[in-house]
Amino acid sequence: MILLWMIVILMVGGILAWLSGRINDALPRWISLLAILPNLALAAWIWLAEPAANPKATGAWLMQLNIEWIPQWGVGFDLALDGLSLLMLLLTFVLGFIAVLVSWNEIYNKVGFFHFNLLWVLAGITGVFLTMDLFLFYFFWEVMLIPMYFLIGIWGHENRTYAAYKFFIFTQASGLLMLLAILSLYFIHGSQTGVYTFNYFELLGTSFSPAVGMWLMFGFLAAFLVKLPVVPFHSWLPDAHSQAPTAGSVILAGLLLKTGAYGLLRFVLPFFPEAAQAFAPWAMLLGVIGILYGAILAYSQTDLKRLVAYTSVSHMGFVILGVFAFNELALQGVVMQMITHGLSTGALFILAGFLYDRIHTRDIRKMGGFWATAPKMGVIAMVFVMASLGLPGLGNFIAEFLTLVGSWQANNWLTVFATIGLVLATAYSLRILKKIFYGQNLTDHIIHDLSAREMLIMVPMVLLILWLGLYPQPVIDTAKPSIDEQLQAYTNVPEDRTISLEQPQLILQPADSLSQLNKLKNKGGAYGLK
Amino acid sequence: MVLNDFIYLMPLLILVMASLITMLVIAVKRYHKIIYIITLLSLIAAFASLFEIGYDEPYYIRPLFVIDSFALFYIGLILLSSLVVAMLSYAYFEQREERKEEYYILHILATLGACVMVISNHFASLFLGLEVLSVSLYGLIAYLRTRERSDEAGIKYLVLAALSSAFLLFGMALVYAVTGTMGFTEIGIALSAFQETPLILLVGFGMMVIGVGFKLGVVPFHMWTPDVYEGAPAPVTAFIATVSKGGMVALLIRFFLETNGFNYPALILIFTIITIASMFIGNILALMQNNVKRILAYSSIAHLGYVLVAFLAGNVLGVEAVTFYLVAYFITSLGAFGIITLLSDEERDAEQMEDYRGLLWRRPWTAAAFTAMLLSLAGIPLTAGFVGKFYVLAAGVKTDLWLMVVMLALNSVIGLYYYIKIIAVMFYQTNAGRERQALHPSAYLVSGITIALLAVLLVYVGVYPTSLMQLIENITLSVSAPAL
Repeated sequence: MILLWMIVILMVGGILAWLSGRINDALPRWISLLAILPNLALAAWIWLAEPAANPKATGAWLMQLNIEWIPQWGVGFDLALDGLSLLMLLLTFVLGFIAVLVSWNEIYNKVGFFHFNLLWVLAGITGVFLTMDLFLFYFFWEVMLIPMYFLIGIWGHENRTYAAYKFFIFTQASGLLMLLAILSLYFIHGSQTGVYTFNYFELLGTSFSPAVGMWLMFGFLAAFLVKLPVVPFHSWLPDAHSQAPTAGSVILAGLLLKTGAYGLLRFVLPFFPEAAQAFAPWAMLLGVIGILYGAILAYSQTDLKRLVAYTSVSHMGFVILGVFAFNELALQGVVMQMITHGLSTGALFILAGFLYDRIHTRDIRKMGGFWATAPKMGVIAMVFVMASLGLPGLGNFIAEFLTLVGSWQANNWLTVFATIGLVLATAYSLRILKKIFYGQNLTDHIIHDLSAREMLIMVPMVLLILWLGLYPQPVIDTAKPSIDEQLQAYTNVPEDRTISLEQPQLILQPADSLSQLNKLKNKGGAYGLK
Repeated sequence: MVLNDFIYLMPLLILVMASLITMLVIAVKRYHKIIYIITLLSLIAAFASLFEIGYDEPYYIRPLFVIDSFALFYIGLILLSSLVVAMLSYAYFEQREERKEEYYILHILATLGACVMVISNHFASLFLGLEVLSVSLYGLIAYLRTRERSDEAGIKYLVLAALSSAFLLFGMALVYAVTGTMGFTEIGIALSAFQETPLILLVGFGMMVIGVGFKLGVVPFHMWTPDVYEGAPAPVTAFIATVSKGGMVALLIRFFLETNGFNYPALILIFTIITIASMFIGNILALMQNNVKRILAYSSIAHLGYVLVAFLAGNVLGVEAVTFYLVAYFITSLGAFGIITLLSDEERDAEQMEDYRGLLWRRPWTAAAFTAMLLSLAGIPLTAGFVGKFYVLAAGVKTDLWLMVVMLALNSVIGLYYYIKIIAVMFYQTNAGRERQALHPSAYLVSGITIALLAVLLVYVGVYPTSLMQLIENITLSVSAPAL
């Protein structure tokens, strides 16, 4: 029931916030905070209580909830929580909380309706991360679009209508392809077993011919790759991110993109093991192209928010690279990347919002030399810029390192090129710092340093990203059971995919999978020569 | 005729009586409010009388009518839609026309015509129903005769409807020439005797398709739709969009099931072309409009295309999907045109984009309801339109109509664009925009409540469609069990 409550609290909070907006501008803000706080507390409580609540017997799933919804179609209101969902929920509520705080002094227009949309986006995202029914998944997938469309379209910057349109149509079109794939999966499963259901666990075992599997996978991929986004489908992202209000950008970059990555992990990997393996080299290639292309474009932007948006394209390239490496290390990296990218990019957008608040431009050519008057902001910006370029000690380093180590095992050359992306990341990241905080202050603006409220937002984010960089083990432990579950179809590696004896390769395994290594050795793989 | 027949025809008889009473009352004294109340009461009474009729067995009134649960469901749907239109009409006509009372007679008669179509099982009753509906609509469309576009719309509809009726009649005659009968069931039996379909029969069916296609407003018989939608008074537009089209769809389903129409590849091909053309032309032309009524007109062409996708699926799921989609579309269309009605003033209807500028800030509730209606038309979750579209897609995927299904998905995206365009206009932040209301606010109370009810229904069906689906499954079982 807790899972249902999380969604209900957000939705009801949203409606209350809208209604209360008629009375007072401050009320919706407090209501939103009060709606997100219990959810954050609930998620944190589940996380802390997790080891006790999760004896081996229940497997990866911590909680489940099944309610009948449309029995004629086999649609159930099925929610379930595992480590992966839990981590995503924590991220959702942390960023949601921050988004409300960020909007505190930014949104003065139709405050009630703004917070209604904000909370409903969060509710939709929460639903996406929890649902275990494909109909419901599509339902929530769409529910999170419309409020986001309003957030961009009403409170965005100068070119907001265009950006909102583009965002909506891209995601809607790709979502419909996924819907078709879901429907055919439903009918294929139904005709095979006689049980017509949208339930995730029931559909997992469905088998189909390679060609059908490929088409179905493309249906799902369409939605997830557009959302992620992967390079040929990314063009909505810079517009949407740069035109959205700060809170909107934070949620877009921090959460909406992650729903795409989550979808890949949760649905594409376990449903279509064969098709995914066949497509993997191409997917990884797209990932590498994304990493390099995003980084190069980021370097050439003059609009600060657009720049950060392109860094997202680049960072999300690592996600798809890691997902299609099909090994535990890479997937741990992907999960870490989802969380750390959410925090670091979110923080950069917030900083861009603070700057916009002060000088009313996002053009970095008009900025410079702000360190002198705003040292606190400078320090914090430096932390997140360093995080974005993957400095060891900060969370993003762990994420990218694990991803690269994992993807090396799958494809050496592509990993080499992906690593070049880190160099480019250094270039664009340092450019942000240099253009804004160093050099001459060209304007006459006096830049105020961060206020107490702004520090209250930024300091916890700094602490979080440091913690993730220095001690990521709790996250890795939490994600491990669900990652193992997603990879179940891949653990019986076919013979030709085992590591060949002629070319010994570096294998990095976490300590707890030593037994697997031993198994390999017994077969004569890895270094254990027969 | 036996006494039992009267019981089964009770809803129709009530409507006939109501039109007579209304006429007599007008002859005594013109009093808008009383006529309005009589209309509402008679529609409610007709609806209530549906529950007196047994549902179990189809009841034949040979040779003209058949009353089964499928027909009853559609009659109920038509009566309720008609009731909603009538409820919206009071405030609309109160501020415009000095002779407002006859509107209600025509309204009741048109409803009667649609009901007759739904239960007809014979060419004669089909044609009678169709003509009662059409002739009433001629009057309704041109009712506000002082308006500029009203005559144009009325005459356009008159000429084209008469022409299409002629085609329909000729088609029926040809079918009769081949089969020697005019009853649907008998035609089905006669047709099954043929080894090859005779050419004359195909020509006959083709001509009937013209008549049917005109009423449905599908491409290439759609030319009248935008002009009539634009020229007719807003409540009448709502009526055309729902009752008139819904009756024809029900008739089409019955005719195809009785005559095994799905077994003729030529017919299926014709309908496939019509379907795809309707979806594309409707949506693409809607993109170029700036008049909200015209946008909705073109969008209705596209929506009938979606309905035909499910219709072509031709299985039980398809009939269910058609019915469900129609219900969702009825709720949505009535709501959308209801809001146009509500916002209109005595000079003209609220049909320009400008009328909606900033509506979200001026009248948040109205705008929220309109947004919900538009999102439902676009098929976004939490609304009935989403479940309907899902149903249609499911029916299509099940029968492997991949071409149609992909076209539908593609068209949904095109459609999204112009629905969002209206929504975007509503939240532009300007203080411009018309704000004139001639009447006392209480006159709008009924309209407001109606729209609120429709909005609630829209969300309810979108979130919890189970009960409606259960009902539709039961009624389609009765009609489709023998045929499929």
